[in-house]
Amino acid sequence: MIRRGTGLWFATPALAVIAVFFFLPVAGALVLGFTDFDIYAIADLRNVRFVGLRNFQELLATPLFWRALGNTLYFAVVGVPLSMAASVGAALLLNSPLARLKSFYRTVLFAPVVTTLVAVALIWRYLLHTRYGLLNYGLGLAGISPIDWLGNPTTALPAIILFSVWKNFGYNMVIVLVALQQIPEDLYEAASLDGASAWQQFRHVTLPSLRPTLAFVGILTLAAYFQLFAEPYVMTQGGPAQSTLSILYFMYDEGFKWWNLGRASAVAFVLFLMMFAVTGFNAWLAQRRAA
Amino acid sequence: MAGLAVIRVAACALALAALVAGCGRAGEGTTLRFWAMGREAEVLAELMPEFERTHPGIHVRVEQLPWTAAHEKLLTAVAGDATPDLCQLGNTWLPELAALNALAPLEARIAASRGVPRADYFPGIWATNVIGGHVFGVPWYVDTRLLFYRRDLVAAAGYDHPPRTWDELKAEAAAVQARGHDAYGILLPLNEYEPLLAFGLQQREGLLREDNTRGNFSSAAFRRTLGFYVSMFKDGLAPPVSNSQIANVWTEFGRGYFAFYISGPWNIGEFNRRLPEALKGRWETAPLPGPEGPSASIAGGASLAVFRRSAHPDEAWQLVEYLSDPAVQARFHALTGDLPARRSAWSAPGIAADSHTAAFADQLERVKPTPPVPEWEEMMTEMRVVAEHVVRGDTSIEEGTAELDRRADRMLRKRRELVAEGHAP
Repeated sequence: MIRRGTGLWFATPALAVIAVFFFLPVAGALVLGFTDFDIYAIADLRNVRFVGLRNFQELLATPLFWRALGNTLYFAVVGVPLSMAASVGAALLLNSPLARLKSFYRTVLFAPVVTTLVAVALIWRYLLHTRYGLLNYGLGLAGISPIDWLGNPTTALPAIILFSVWKNFGYNMVIVLVALQQIPEDLYEAASLDGASAWQQFRHVTLPSLRPTLAFVGILTLAAYFQLFAEPYVMTQGGPAQSTLSILYFMYDEGFKWWNLGRASAVAFVLFLMMFAVTGFNAWLAQRRAA
Repeated sequence: MAGLAVIRVAACALALAALVAGCGRAGEGTTLRFWAMGREAEVLAELMPEFERTHPGIHVRVEQLPWTAAHEKLLTAVAGDATPDLCQLGNTWLPELAALNALAPLEARIAASRGVPRADYFPGIWATNVIGGHVFGVPWYVDTRLLFYRRDLVAAAGYDHPPRTWDELKAEAAAVQARGHDAYGILLPLNEYEPLLAFGLQQREGLLREDNTRGNFSSAAFRRTLGFYVSMFKDGLAPPVSNSQIANVWTEFGRGYFAFYISGPWNIGEFNRRLPEALKGRWETAPLPGPEGPSASIAGGASLAVFRRSAHPDEAWQLVEYLSDPAVQARFHALTGDLPARRSAWSAPGIAADSHTAAFADQLERVKPTPPVPEWEEMMTEMRVVAEHVVRGDTSIEEGTAELDRRADRMLRKRRELVAEGHAP
């Protein structure tokens, strides 16, 4: 008994900090989600009313919310596998016994991760420029007419996905690389003695060994991709025709641009539920596979 | 070694003494906190020494906010009771801060002062500072949107005058465009709501109705405005692009990628600076064409506002008076290119000699304020979005304007309720 009590005392400062700076604001935001807290309420707190579920009802009836949700899902569903594939591919190349200058390439491929997002986003805006961009110059050499990447509602989000994958894949690449280096060499020797081709070795030795790492990396990447904000904020401001507006961007506009803090809190709560469900499902899937 | 240590100690003591003395001096008088934005804040640093010399005992601390963060910073300052004494306030933000009850009414001070004669201000601009019968700001500099055009291209297309009506604008844009390839008549960036708003203000009918508690975008007048705006894209006279796709508006204007551009006074300086020497005198400004001739445009610019919570409102007002002085306004114009709010400052040689500002002087007499509701900017964002959808053919003008009214009514619901209860902000 005494020992348990003592332990609690030691944990109290940390728990207090978590309670004050995490649980309290989260609870506060949840309560705000059921009020119409807005600019009039900042002026005079008597102007706050409880509106029950109205924020949520209206949110579900707002086309822009669904648009933002759709954009975010599109970004995650396309971006996460692409990013993971790029990470695994790059890690495999770096892990290959044939690769030269490994540490050089490892640094180069990791470099985008440590660059400032805003700065490289500006550079990418030039790379993607319709008339002066490098990307369209390359397409032009191949005889493809220029694409207005960030100006066309159908290509803007793919362009941002491309940028995000480039920016982020290096991080997961390093994690996958470590996992690759931990696969025992004798597994491959045994497989090649059994006459397995390179593809079969990858399919039956590498992938199963990477599974726990990939599940972990997948959950983290998914959570990060759901929080898409800075890329469209810098590159497109949510346009053209709101094709790059993400849930987080929508929430930011509602809360800090228009001061509809009630509605913004409702968005935050919905996003929280969604991410909870998706990552929970992901973890369940990984566990079931492992079992 | 020992000598060095002595010097170091002495230096520290000196620095400390200087610090203490500095603090002491500031403590003697009043320190005003003045929030200003962007370039204006930089220039204020040059104007403050003279104010401090003529107003002994008042020290002004100018704090610079970047434009992009200013709006959030102001509102969080209000929410956190951390407002400065006075502030430069874009006049579309004034209604929000007035709704927050953050600004001090100034009408009594204006009536008692000889430094702020109302008759010397452009009436449309002054009106943007009056909310619910109170004056919450004194216009500092003004802006509006009008037509920038390439005189050489328009002349080559056979016109000897800039367009005065909507029909003339379209005809001239078409004529210019017919002469060049890879060129457009006019640039109306899809990420800007101001051109459409300026055309909308030219209609007699207001953009909101019922005491500014409901949208009035489905009115025949606004449908006609939107129709005119969209037709310039549908007829191929304007490229359906946003500003970020035009890498550099000034270069493209110089290249003749477009001949007409609706913009504000800051671009006079930019065009002067960035266009090649050969293009000097080949571009000009003209009042904004209206449905049947020169008409209204947006009453823009920034005012000086004193915060209700200021501990030194009298000193803050003295600074407002100083910055409203025609001579100071003329100097401010020379430093920034911002157009002075006082008509009497417009006779200063630097302004009167510039042909490009003449059209602004003309236009400013006809500017109209936008409805003074805090939801206005959000509504304009929606208007821009809906207009972009109509331009891209996702929806029709009828459906678009009806949708816009629905969104406006939803945004204004709280305001409607408060007005109905009789305590409207």
